[in-house]
Amino acid sequence: MNATVTSMKPLQPVLDIAGLSISLPAGADRALAVEGATLSVMPGQTLCVVGESGSGKSMIANAVMGLLPRPHVAPVAGRILFDGHDLLQLTEPQMRELRGRRIGMVFQEPMTALNPVMRIGEQIGEVFDAHGSVPAAEKRRRILAALADVGLPDPELLIDAYPFRLSGGQRQRVMIACALVLEPVLLIADEPTTALDVTTQAQILKLIRELQQRRGTAVLFITHDFGVVSEIADHVVVMQTGHMVESGTAAQVLGAPQHPYTRKLIAAIPDGQAQMTVPHDDLTRVLQVQDLCKTYRSSGGLFKRGRAVQAAKDINFELHRGETLGLVGESGSGKSSVGRCLVGLAPFDSGRIIFQGRTLAQGKNFRRGAAGKIQMVFQDPYASLNPRHRVGAAIAGGPIAQGVGKAEAMARAMELLKLVGLGADAAQRYPHEFSGGQRQRIGIARALAMQPELLVADEPVSALDVSVQAQVLELFAQVRAQFQLAMVFITHDLRVAGQMCDRIAVMQRGEVVEYGETQKVLNDPQHAYTRKLIDAVPRLAGQAGTEAKVA
Amino acid sequence: MMNSPFWRRFRRNKGAVAGMAVLLIVAAVALLGPWLATNDPWAMVEQPFVRPWAEPGFLLGTDTLGRDILSGLVYGARVSLLIGVVSTLVALLIGVTLGAVAGYFGGWIDAALMRFTELFQAVPSFALAIVLVAIFEPSIKSIVVAIAIVSWPPVARLVRSEFLTLRQRDFVQAALLAGQSTPRIILTQILPNAMSPIIVMASLMVATAILLESSLSFLGLGDPNQMSWGYMVGAARTVLRQAWWMALFPGLAIVLTVLALNLVGEGLSDGLNTRLDGRGK
Repeated sequence: MNATVTSMKPLQPVLDIAGLSISLPAGADRALAVEGATLSVMPGQTLCVVGESGSGKSMIANAVMGLLPRPHVAPVAGRILFDGHDLLQLTEPQMRELRGRRIGMVFQEPMTALNPVMRIGEQIGEVFDAHGSVPAAEKRRRILAALADVGLPDPELLIDAYPFRLSGGQRQRVMIACALVLEPVLLIADEPTTALDVTTQAQILKLIRELQQRRGTAVLFITHDFGVVSEIADHVVVMQTGHMVESGTAAQVLGAPQHPYTRKLIAAIPDGQAQMTVPHDDLTRVLQVQDLCKTYRSSGGLFKRGRAVQAAKDINFELHRGETLGLVGESGSGKSSVGRCLVGLAPFDSGRIIFQGRTLAQGKNFRRGAAGKIQMVFQDPYASLNPRHRVGAAIAGGPIAQGVGKAEAMARAMELLKLVGLGADAAQRYPHEFSGGQRQRIGIARALAMQPELLVADEPVSALDVSVQAQVLELFAQVRAQFQLAMVFITHDLRVAGQMCDRIAVMQRGEVVEYGETQKVLNDPQHAYTRKLIDAVPRLAGQAGTEAKVA
Repeated sequence: MMNSPFWRRFRRNKGAVAGMAVLLIVAAVALLGPWLATNDPWAMVEQPFVRPWAEPGFLLGTDTLGRDILSGLVYGARVSLLIGVVSTLVALLIGVTLGAVAGYFGGWIDAALMRFTELFQAVPSFALAIVLVAIFEPSIKSIVVAIAIVSWPPVARLVRSEFLTLRQRDFVQAALLAGQSTPRIILTQILPNAMSPIIVMASLMVATAILLESSLSFLGLGDPNQMSWGYMVGAARTVLRQAWWMALFPGLAIVLTVLALNLVGEGLSDGLNTRLDGRGK
């Protein structure tokens, strides 16, 4: 339509939001999800909207797309100018005409954004079908071109493949192809890399940058990660509980943040530098892992062979009191499988796990042998607490099962709740009354209630906002020092690992490819994969001695 | 209590509130039966074929043998509700136990129990119920057993699928790590989280059980000592064209009660669904 008009007047913003307010339903924690948001996106530029969950940043994206769950959540003031129209005044059919053709959108969760029973080509083809008809041959040609454009290998094969054949990163590429196939002037990306590994994230960010430069697309990028911001943003808007607290160019906001909230968010990014050293004198060895192997086998059916995936291959390490080992790798590298073997939630195939000098028996007796002294903190704070149990009972349940008296266990639960920074009155409440960070604190208290010797933490902060993440990491460090815990810290985030761990084991496809002191691994990586991981970490320009890598 | 989120969501469903009202009336009638209906439902107390409102004291008329239809309805409510509730409880007991064991342990136990369940699902349930009642003498007990036996398989399937997903949850894993015993994990960790769909299903099962009982009585397989709605419809079948009221009133009672139970079931499902709280997301 008038894409040419836009490119002739480059100073005209593609999207201009002024004074936008969005209401929340009665009973929500505040009246307005977004209050007086004003921002504009220039052609060929990227505007990042940054904020923690609940700050209203996704609401802005949804308002532009006309995807707000009306009537509960509806814009009450302001305007959204796009192509000279106020999007808030358009009817649903008019909006539908714009979506896909003029405005493309990429969502957070690539695993669920694609219909599992539709071929890749058909899904992209739907965009064409929704906006007039294109001859089949022409359509196929353009889909192939779009797939090639987003850097997917073998478009000829992929076009007829089903989504399950694709990895998360590849699916996100397909989603981007979908969003860009009709060459929209505006791309809205709502946390498009949050669900992805750090290396995949770097590739996707690079791809968005490239496509944007090639086509002059304006990008509205929603994220909570300042590392991502520094990689991709031209302009930045910082949101806090519905208000815009700071806006400016990326260099201004990241280099010289004005608002205390921005400074707090930037300070909360784990820098991978802070490191406490553990005195290596009279150390008692808590855990020794020898040649641990674990293979997942899917049983074959009548017509197909069984498949085997090696999740852990000859894993060796040992751990002393008060020491933390970081297991680092991408998803699928086997780091969580090793963690589950260590606590006895998954059986292992061969090798030995020696805990406090005793070899733990394989299989069912493993957990009995550990006697509750190996505990785990889980990734998802929303799934790890039983929604029907009061917090106090959830913490006291473990010790009671081990034969501790009920009153004593409850008293200990209260103490632990205070220790992790929640009041003793939290014991009488249900998990849904707590935020994600608070729940993770409860999870830590529950693990500590068993007076463990070894704590396995499986991605304990990856589901949390960055400032909450910093607080929970601090709590981990505090309890580790207080109880002289040995910890296995599983994470995909090298920054977190660098901050928490004494030693790091980098895992790739079930194998430890690099193992050593944290400083040595991070500053002088030997293995190519480790270097790739470190390079992929989004970091602030000029942060603590490492040069910014702009892809 | 009445202001809890559950009741707020339940009340928003107007049909469910109406259904609850009907159900409470039926339950009250069943409880107060002997005081409401002074005539024995089996006693021939008047001329046969008395029309409704024709004779004082016989509001809904009499049937082919001169029995009071209103008394029949009142006593029928007792039988219908009793059989509906008790057979559902028995079916839940079987279904929840088998489903929980199958879903929790998985593997060959699951396979064996599910094949056993399919055995019952493969036979048409009403035919099986007829056969069971015919083998044992028709009595309240045998009817309850027959209805329970034909209605537990869906419960077992539902509970199994709930357990399959819930046992993977982190809080169950945490309980395992804390060394809690298997029965404790099943009863205190998993089952409370599977209750919502079970409760909703149970309310619908009571409705199905009432229908099954009525159908059995209609075919003459009801308890011969208990007046029941199905029996009344069955007895009135031959004179349907001369005396519409004999079949209409017990028929209406069945329709209203079953409809009410279904509406309540829907309301329970709304009420137990915490995501339906008027929030946008």
